Amino acid sequence: MLAPWLIGLVVLTAGPMAVSLFLSFTDYDLLSDPEWVGTANYERMLTDPRLATSAVTTLIFVIVSVPLKLAIALAVALAVKRGARAMGAYRAAYYLPSLLGASVAVAILWRFVFGADGIVNALLEPLGIATRSWISDPSTALGTLIALSVWQFGAPMVIFLAGLLQIPEELGEAAALDGAGRVRSFFAVTLPLLTPIVFFNLVLEVINSFQTFTPAFIVSGGTGAPADRTLLYSLYLYIEAFTKFRMGYASAMAWLLLLVIAAITALMFLGARKWVHYGDEETK
Amino acid sequence: MTATAPTRDVTPAVHRSGGRRRRAAILRNVLLTAGALVIIYPVLWLVVASFTPENAIFSNPLAMPTELVWDNYAEGWNGTGRPFGVYVINSLIVCGGAVIGNILTCSMAAYAFARLTFPLKKVAFAVMLATIMLPAQVLLIPQFSLFRTLGWVDSYLPLIVPKFLAVDAFFIFLMVQFLRGIPLQIDEAARIDGCGPIATYWRVLLPLMSPALVTTAIFTFIWTYDDFFGQLIYVSSPSKFTVSLGLRAFLDSTGASAYGALLAMSVVAIVPALVIFILFQRRLVAGLTTSGIKG
Repeated sequence: MLAPWLIGLVVLTAGPMAVSLFLSFTDYDLLSDPEWVGTANYERMLTDPRLATSAVTTLIFVIVSVPLKLAIALAVALAVKRGARAMGAYRAAYYLPSLLGASVAVAILWRFVFGADGIVNALLEPLGIATRSWISDPSTALGTLIALSVWQFGAPMVIFLAGLLQIPEELGEAAALDGAGRVRSFFAVTLPLLTPIVFFNLVLEVINSFQTFTPAFIVSGGTGAPADRTLLYSLYLYIEAFTKFRMGYASAMAWLLLLVIAAITALMFLGARKWVHYGDEETK
Repeated sequence: MTATAPTRDVTPAVHRSGGRRRRAAILRNVLLTAGALVIIYPVLWLVVASFTPENAIFSNPLAMPTELVWDNYAEGWNGTGRPFGVYVINSLIVCGGAVIGNILTCSMAAYAFARLTFPLKKVAFAVMLATIMLPAQVLLIPQFSLFRTLGWVDSYLPLIVPKFLAVDAFFIFLMVQFLRGIPLQIDEAARIDGCGPIATYWRVLLPLMSPALVTTAIFTFIWTYDDFFGQLIYVSSPSKFTVSLGLRAFLDSTGASAYGALLAMSVVAIVPALVIFILFQRRLVAGLTTSGIKG
């Protein structure tokens, strides 16, 4: 029963991981055999200005979009949790962008929404805000990608909802009887109980955000334009691997990404001890 | 996996009079409706704009059009030199293969993890969970090189065969969680009735797992359909292009001029995912909310 998974693990995961680590120490263009170059790829990464740009861009993208997305997801989940039949419709409406979000069609749509003649400008013009092509202005291009990511808050929202529905109603009632208002009851009762879900969403979103590719590719035409401001790490890796055929260098980049994600995930797990409360533990 | 709990408002009325409560409910509904409109507005705009004469799309992007026309669709359908339907069919082929692969092999692996005993089971399970978090970029180049050696590049095999090797560990985990909710007595009864492990899996547990299988099928379909990266690197002949690639080809060839047609084909591109969403909306959200959060 386990055979397909085991074959997949060896042939498509473990094997490629080892090979990719090996390739990161070589010069490899796919056509000729890999040539051992020691740590040259890693040394080059230290001095590659485009790599630095894409790393900073990606970090900004992750640091801004993930908390924003999760905060909105939680707020909306709280709002649609209570109440009647219409909530199903709201949930569906808020979930819709998550469903389509990663597609090429939506990335194309985004070019129109934030383009020079797009909806955003049409809304802002009457307010007297200077219009521009948000997509091709270097100071706002990354912002449009962040907006696209935050727009897809429906997926974490649904997970928050599941968590909220598992919290017994009696706890809120007890808090209300003790005289706690809505806000106090949220911070004292609901939020602590929800911390495992917050943590789960945080880990998931951070890992996914680091790997965002399609919107950056479509919005910039595959180049990271304007001025490399949308050159997310995955896009730069793709450019190095499949347009410049520097497969060795791209492998080294992939391993740097893996190490960064692993380190950040480990830090999140360590930090979680301070603020994540699991049910079986005493709460203060 | 239980269905979502009833969400009726049971907040005690101790602190609020009926009037205040009703006003709060109305306010919340107004805000939620406004929010929902803002969220789906871009998609609505896309659909309306695709039926608007091209010269009118940008003259006033916020106005409702005075007439709806099919011109954009007529122009866009053959905009890349072949009917857009070819890309839709190609995408459906890839998605169909991926769905079958995931349902079959992920459920097999899940059965093994949830029900069978074998050496190093705990280690294997931990490895399986770790692969969920592994960034795909690390495997990208060796996999590409492997599929190239096998002569599979520019076919759908690199997109489908991995699904038959249960590489989407997320779904294995989802099914393991689901199987843990099915009483062991059922396996026991099957064994007494003479079922071996394979018959127990195939004839008894698989039918019982259908909610988890449906969730897996829906997400596999949508994620494969929306995927761009894998299709971009593995498929190169225009006749084999999927929807993602066809749309990108359209954007590259005519993007600067044929806005209307591009928007129309974007609508065509999202229709299959939308149909799945509308058909399975309830199940999708319920399936996600109940899957393996307590991990």
